Amino acid sequence: MNIAQVVVDAIALGSLYAIFALGIALIFGILKMINFAHSELVTIGAYILILLADLPLPVRLILLVLVTVTVAVLMERIAFRPVRGAGPVTMLITSFAVSYLLQNLAILIFGPDLQSGAVWPELNESFQVGPVRILLLNVVTVVLTILLLVGLALFLRKTSMGLQMRAAAEDFTTARLVGVRANLIIAVAFGMSGLLAGIAALLLTAQTGVVTNTIGVQVVLMAFVATILGGMGSLSGAVIGAYVLGAISVVLQQTLPLEFRPFRDAILFAAVFLVLVFRPNGLIVTRAAKGRV
Amino acid sequence: MMLSVENLVVRYGQSTALRGVSFDVEEGQVVAIVGPNGAGKSTSLKAIVGLVPVAEGEIRFDGERIVGQRPEALLRRGISLVPEGRHIFGSLTVEENLQLGGTARADKRGVRADVRAFLERFPALARRRKSPAGKLSGGEQQQLAIARALIAKPRLLMLDEPSLGLAPLIVEQIFDIIAELRADGSTVLLVEQNATKAVELADFAYVMQSGELVMSGSSDQILSSEEIVASYFGGGPKGGTE
Repeated sequence: MNIAQVVVDAIALGSLYAIFALGIALIFGILKMINFAHSELVTIGAYILILLADLPLPVRLILLVLVTVTVAVLMERIAFRPVRGAGPVTMLITSFAVSYLLQNLAILIFGPDLQSGAVWPELNESFQVGPVRILLLNVVTVVLTILLLVGLALFLRKTSMGLQMRAAAEDFTTARLVGVRANLIIAVAFGMSGLLAGIAALLLTAQTGVVTNTIGVQVVLMAFVATILGGMGSLSGAVIGAYVLGAISVVLQQTLPLEFRPFRDAILFAAVFLVLVFRPNGLIVTRAAKGRV
Repeated sequence: MMLSVENLVVRYGQSTALRGVSFDVEEGQVVAIVGPNGAGKSTSLKAIVGLVPVAEGEIRFDGERIVGQRPEALLRRGISLVPEGRHIFGSLTVEENLQLGGTARADKRGVRADVRAFLERFPALARRRKSPAGKLSGGEQQQLAIARALIAKPRLLMLDEPSLGLAPLIVEQIFDIIAELRADGSTVLLVEQNATKAVELADFAYVMQSGELVMSGSSDQILSSEEIVASYFGGGPKGGTE
């Protein structure tokens, strides 16, 4: 096994998972809701990038961000806001409903078949550094992840809106009592999750070049597992969970005997299960994770 | 009349928490609502700020109906509630908690000046301004919660059980702060189980029991009513326990 290669691959995969997981964790932090429909934001982004492959890349990127952010904000306004006070189970079921609705809408509009296109072919070139083969896409993934993490941290630490968001994540009711506008903060959080979903769609389709109506579901499942592994309710937990998940996944891929590889994800989830047996609240435990008081 | 509450009814599912409660707060007054646990005191405050739905009745602020408005909108109208149990943001720093008090204010420079002023006024907070607020003692957290509410420059400050769970000496400090507010001419609606202290401090007081008002009057009237004192003030001044 080439250790350096494993590290590089693990960082690349972990970064991808981190971008997915942040979108889930951001919404969970504020609404205590797991937004399963986050996957459809990724799917919508993927359709834009693949079906409009004839348009110049910058145009597609602008369209991508505009559409995923708008759909995320509309999703909250139309589906989640009316049930906001109804409790976490209702919101969870609502997010499933939105998810299935959009998946089936995609079949109606684009058909059930897998569609393919070249999203950003240059990214699939690779270069050699010593014994390690690095895909340009992996570099872009890692750089984007770092930019997003730094940007998000600056936003949360240095801006008034970020401070309000952290307050709302810790104690939503009290945040409203000091004047934090609930609807505005939630809309901004959904807009940010839409941006993250758009970037996730770009990285995903640049790698695979294909889109189906359920392409988002598999990745968001991983993101969901990463958030739980890291500890629900903390953004740093979600990121750490994502990198741990990425690392386990790559190591398993490299070390499992060939006949066991199809069961990689089963073994991966068993490992996550084991972690949670010993740390039921995830790797990072925050006060907010224990629920709203 | 700054705040007037008329025949307020609040229900939680099958049970009725408030059964037609009416009270007023005049500008510049300190008004106390006292009574035993479960009397509906906190529910009254929550109904005023829009945290619990009002089934029947009217709430007016400056003569305008405010039933059904959101807490963040009511704060912008000038109503600030320091909730029971303080509810400071424990993972945020003391300074960030104070900054959040100014969320609704447009003059960010004024907010910064007020944050500094409150840090000077409460040295215990100043020493820990960069620490997570969750590490403060109960009394310091209550100071922080009151300061945070005051930075919003409310016209009506509502305090829900500010002495709850605090040691007697600390309770004194908190009541001193309320006395200072009173001296400044602030309008305060104070809910307390620590009845004697609250009524002594107030201009006017209401006594609640089982979701109804059983008596109202000036502090002197309430404190001179032997029946009331015997029923509700039996324990005398004491710090609540959690």
